Amino acid sequence: MSAFATQLVNLCAAVLLMVTFVMIAQRRIVTLIHLYTLQGLTLVVAACVVAWVSGQPHLYGSAALTLALKVILIPLLLHRAVNRLNVRWDVETLINIPTMMIIGIVLVVFAFNLTLPIARLSVAIAPGTLGIALACVLLSFMMMITRAKAVPQVIGFLSMENGLFFAATAATYGMPMVVELGIALDVLVGLLILGVFVFQIRAQFDSLDIRQLEKLKGD
Amino acid sequence: MNAAGVTAQTLDLLIALTLAPVLSGWVAQCRAWLANRSAPPLLQPFATLRKLFHKDAVIAHDASPLFRAAPYLVFACMVVAAGIVPTLSTNLPLAPAADAIALVGLLALARVFIALAAMDLGTAFGTLGARREMLLGFLAEPALLMVLFCSALIGHSTALTTMVETVADAGFVIYPGLAFAGVAFTFVSLAENARVPVDNPSTHLELTMIHEALVLEYSARHLALLEWAASLKLFVYSCIGLALFLPWGVARGAAASDLLFALPALLAKLAVGGALLAALETVCAKMRIFRVPEFLATAFLMAVIGLLVHILLAGEA
Repeated sequence: MSAFATQLVNLCAAVLLMVTFVMIAQRRIVTLIHLYTLQGLTLVVAACVVAWVSGQPHLYGSAALTLALKVILIPLLLHRAVNRLNVRWDVETLINIPTMMIIGIVLVVFAFNLTLPIARLSVAIAPGTLGIALACVLLSFMMMITRAKAVPQVIGFLSMENGLFFAATAATYGMPMVVELGIALDVLVGLLILGVFVFQIRAQFDSLDIRQLEKLKGD
Repeated sequence: MNAAGVTAQTLDLLIALTLAPVLSGWVAQCRAWLANRSAPPLLQPFATLRKLFHKDAVIAHDASPLFRAAPYLVFACMVVAAGIVPTLSTNLPLAPAADAIALVGLLALARVFIALAAMDLGTAFGTLGARREMLLGFLAEPALLMVLFCSALIGHSTALTTMVETVADAGFVIYPGLAFAGVAFTFVSLAENARVPVDNPSTHLELTMIHEALVLEYSARHLALLEWAASLKLFVYSCIGLALFLPWGVARGAAASDLLFALPALLAKLAVGGALLAALETVCAKMRIFRVPEFLATAFLMAVIGLLVHILLAGEA
């Protein structure tokens, strides 16, 4: 029973890593948003499994919060923003995609190695997932760095938060409800602020390319 | 080698030879239904093969012996590959002759011969097809090997039969590493069998085709053998996929009842797999040839991550 739950959580972790990895290789913004939704769904499943096994009812609450926020509300907002900005087509990356994937592999190895000693000390149901969660965070971070356009960067930021949330759920049975609510609100507010920024960038430069921001430097 | 093993092996080969064209026919049928066309009959590939075998072969004057020999060699490679892969039973006398790595080598051998034969006459299309095929091949092979290594780590052996037995005997165990390997394997099979995101099997538009460009100069029995070999390749890849990721129902022992049960299981799995392939081909658009390396690089790296995840998570299970 517990072994089966561990396998389920491990599977969720693998799916999360897979989705994050596909995100790096993805050019289209709309597909990126779909992948982000899928990431959220995986998190919901993982949180429910952990809640069911560890008998911690507040995790159901955080699963519900994730469902409402990351599967429904944020993708909806992103779709609306993309439609209004009219940026549904391909996005360019600063480094070409195969190179990015190879860097991604290196990051995954690094994350796995880094968390190995920590995982040995852990008593949670699936300690190995900590490495995967860290890998997801690093991969999303890389996505934020290597994308030239603003919207994929926002998605990278959101996906990084997903990785953190997964680490918290799988490795430590979730944070206290207050903290979780605070983070959820932070993400939402962050998204809104970034949305305002994105619209401002476009209004200023007629483009979402953040390299344009360098023009703002004073002489 | 005993009588039961020989029976299983013979049955395995016969099933492969007969089912391979049926599988191709089934995929074509599903594609036609999904596109709202009236479908060709299920046994259409056999009718085509029969027609081709009855025709007289036309061969260019300056063709070398390699050109004539290539269809037989390619067909032989595919038949041996079909003999190694456990489709119905793992009790195969041929299986110890070659492990998963040798199987990849066998498929590569067939590729080399068909590419050489395509370049033999010096026509533009043949050469173009051969170059594209080799471009695909050198990217797909490492990915396929990585997928097989991932399964080999789980089975602690590179023999396909042992891998099948390990996963099938383990009961209900989720291997997260295998999920990655499965996705990577799907990508590789699509590329290797000239299916839609990479190549369109039903096109004769010169600039986009790969497989059809390779066999453009062949006719009659040579073409029949190559077409049969192509359907055998699809069958072999499907069976490797089923053996690695869904091995339930494959007969373990020598008992005839096991074999009887294995056949419907195989048919059901192939029918579902073929329908899924047709659905995938219907909803996907063919990608540009220069995007294909990226597609296959994704497959390779997915398989590598599968290996890493398996190593990371194996310690605690």
